[in-house]
Amino acid sequence: MEISLTVNGAAHRVDAPANALLSDILRERLGLTGTHVGCDTSQCGACVVHLNGDAVKSCTVLAGQADGVEVTTIEGIGTPDDLHPMQAAFRDNHALQCGFCTPGMIMSAIDLVRKQGDAALTEQAVRDGLDGNLCRCTGYQNIVRAVVDAAGRAQM
Amino acid sequence: MATETGIGASVKRKEDARFITGAGRYTDDLNAPGQTWAVFARSPHARAKLGGIDTGAALATDGVVAVFVGADLKADGIGDLPCGWMVKSKDGSDMVQPPHPPLAVERVNYVGEPYAVVIGETLDAARNGAEAVQADFEELPPVVDVASAAGAEQIHDAVPNNQCYDWELGDQAATDAAFEKAHHVTRLDIVNNRLIPNAIEPRAALGEYDAAAGTYTLHTTSQNPHLERLVLAAFVQVAPEAKLRVISPDVGGGFGSKIFVYAEETAVIWAAGKLRRPVKWRADRSESFLADAHGRDHATHAELALTEDGEFLGLRVQTKANMGAYLSTFASSVPTYLYGTLLAGQYKTPAIHVQVQSLFTNTAPVDAYRGAGRPEATYVVERLVETAAREIGMDPADLRRRNFIQPGDFPYETPVALTYDTGDYDASLDKALAHADYAGFAERRAESEARGKKRGIGFSCYIEACGLAPSQVALSLGAGVGLFEVGEVRVDVTGSVTVTTGSHSHGQSHETTFAQIISDKLGVPFENVTVLHGDTGRSDYALGTYGSRSLAVGGSALVKASDKIIAKGKKIAAHMLEANEDQMAFEDGAFRVVDSNQSLTFAEVAFAAYVPSNYPLEELEPGLSEKAFYDPPNFTYPAGAHICEVEVDPETGVVRIDQFVAVDDFGQIVNPMIVEGQVHGGLAQGIGQALLEHGVYDESGQLLSGSYMDYTMPRADDLPNFLVDTTTTPCTHNPLGVKGCGEAGAIGSTAAVMNAVTDALGVASVPMPATPETVWRTLREG
Repeated sequence: MEISLTVNGAAHRVDAPANALLSDILRERLGLTGTHVGCDTSQCGACVVHLNGDAVKSCTVLAGQADGVEVTTIEGIGTPDDLHPMQAAFRDNHALQCGFCTPGMIMSAIDLVRKQGDAALTEQAVRDGLDGNLCRCTGYQNIVRAVVDAAGRAQM
Repeated sequence: MATETGIGASVKRKEDARFITGAGRYTDDLNAPGQTWAVFARSPHARAKLGGIDTGAALATDGVVAVFVGADLKADGIGDLPCGWMVKSKDGSDMVQPPHPPLAVERVNYVGEPYAVVIGETLDAARNGAEAVQADFEELPPVVDVASAAGAEQIHDAVPNNQCYDWELGDQAATDAAFEKAHHVTRLDIVNNRLIPNAIEPRAALGEYDAAAGTYTLHTTSQNPHLERLVLAAFVQVAPEAKLRVISPDVGGGFGSKIFVYAEETAVIWAAGKLRRPVKWRADRSESFLADAHGRDHATHAELALTEDGEFLGLRVQTKANMGAYLSTFASSVPTYLYGTLLAGQYKTPAIHVQVQSLFTNTAPVDAYRGAGRPEATYVVERLVETAAREIGMDPADLRRRNFIQPGDFPYETPVALTYDTGDYDASLDKALAHADYAGFAERRAESEARGKKRGIGFSCYIEACGLAPSQVALSLGAGVGLFEVGEVRVDVTGSVTVTTGSHSHGQSHETTFAQIISDKLGVPFENVTVLHGDTGRSDYALGTYGSRSLAVGGSALVKASDKIIAKGKKIAAHMLEANEDQMAFEDGAFRVVDSNQSLTFAEVAFAAYVPSNYPLEELEPGLSEKAFYDPPNFTYPAGAHICEVEVDPETGVVRIDQFVAVDDFGQIVNPMIVEGQVHGGLAQGIGQALLEHGVYDESGQLLSGSYMDYTMPRADDLPNFLVDTTTTPCTHNPLGVKGCGEAGAIGSTAAVMNAVTDALGVASVPMPATPETVWRTLREG
């Protein structure tokens, strides 16, 4: 089937089987390899992107569901010279080591901060909120610190 | 030179810019024109005779390019996957190594063992083809449990009793004599649970063949691309080393599991040559669970002999180590030279004897996983010591202090073949006790009890041997390769520096720490140093990353190369300034004539070396580029004290870690921020082993914990904030004084957690992982 979707502000038309996964469309068709795939049971969260503004695991979205959606990936939120506040907080707090879970972790964290609204984001709320993202390197402590830091820095 | 970017500074990481913007380049991000995809047909049985393989339906599947089986590789001269460490049994005989063909022939010996590879135009085509491969299996009864493996069905024709080796270390007679003198003996049966490494990036490979040049290029998720190339060239015989380039680009975590040379990349690079088309494979997570080398899986009986006042007299350890179905690349060394040698721990135990029987089972191969042997040793020693303290009624901290090797005892030769160079174990324990407010524990316990909860505290004073390894020692003990490292420092024409290291970074942050070292040594701005790694086409033969060796061995090689740069720079500068070479000093990034105001900047000397108009060509070659190989004279011995305090809810069995303190002595530290991060990650894995993780096979050899829905990975809400601190006794034998920090967290923490859990429950032992169900049952059934 042919689907139309907007990714990081650019319109794309993609011809893909209806059962193709959004994660594969992003990686294989659009060359956006910042979105990673770390499992096959929608448990690891490395593939999290924003779909119409909400964080979703892109490995759970079928091509058929992606027609007409607006997607933001890790490549769409900031550049090395103009980092998103969450990206900057991850760097400043040493919240990544091998970097593989990082894109999904950052996309989940941005969503978490947005949905928290004006209330201060507690460390426990971050730990609970990142429950769907696995990291094997950091022990999460610096990730949690980064998210709390970013939440205090700026609106997401 | 203490600067904001030199040694000792918490410099932000160079590598982060690409990782936080999605610009990392991992193997699965790479594609080649004309690429095909590989999918493996894997055994559904733990043990079976493999009869005919019918590939007809697979070949007839739309988009399938080729199907290969084990016989095809064999017919093409492709060899078996070797184990790189020869361990001898106590009777002097060599270990027994069964053949390990990349694709199974005649027999399959674990669930997930590959027996055919299907190459398709697309991944879907290859998948469909793999499902269509038909094999005749005649099921045989499997051997799953290591404890009973010796008396079970014989798995390999050439391996009687399923025994790989029966190894020993230490003085048995002296140890027996020590036990005869003992006032008290503490005995424990200890199971070190099987773990599945689970780097978040699954393994992947992209093989390419250049028919015109006759050369192969393999991009793969390896911690040591040169070792991969050596094995594929010398043993598997894909191609000579000079015709085979192995590149490990960004790699998403390894933890040991990406050291090894596996079947999949072997088949991929071979098939690329056979088909003259690029072949790509990436593991599904399910495949990672089935076919990555697992870790740990020991069953041990251990005994500690003590005097009346708590002095350790002797330690006796008998371990059965599970090798899985075949010997993985370094499997044999893990329960021997990385385990038995560490059983002295931080203590002056005068007599130690350890016996290790390593056995084959119909499970995935078991090899090094973060810590590799040293977590198992620490778990034995520290569970025993804590239990002994409880049995003789002594404070566990006091019992440890009573037996610590003292600062004045170094260098200290243990009864199990190591010589510790330096350490101050009291210093770390004292600091940890203060951080943990040990004095206030009784009050906290009473407060928990008042709420119906059970509180416990546990210690672990671990030691590890890192910086693998002095080549001569390793080679004399059976290693198949030297264990030095190479580093190259290329000063560019304009004075910036490009560094090549044989150490591979897959989370360790070498691009940052190694640049700090070079910046510090050469006075070059940190941002003008670029560190390259992970490509056999770029550096000399190198040994890669494992065993917390990168800084101690790889970093030391760079220091040596930098020293050569400075020495040559002095000669150039002396000529240019018309001074004698022995009058030259190098400080703050400038070459100076001593006691004068004459000097040249580093960049001026570099320029002169490459634009040799005023240059001593008759005495010196142009250029400013030096390489060094560093082979360490000894291991390094990081050590520390971990304290864990838990609160257990007896109604639910849930264990909550209330505080975790880790005080480690890593010697000198290059980047404290990075070291702290390494400790956090190690602690998470050690705590994961204690409370959450377990690789489980059922009695038919099916892997029950084969997905993230069945294998419990530590998540953010499973872990506490760690309190991490350090003490420092610099390593005495490498130029940086560093010891290595990558594995300590995973080595020390598991025993601390389980000592705390058993303390809370008031029982001698609780099996790992101490899940709520296990704890709940222990409380009710004992």
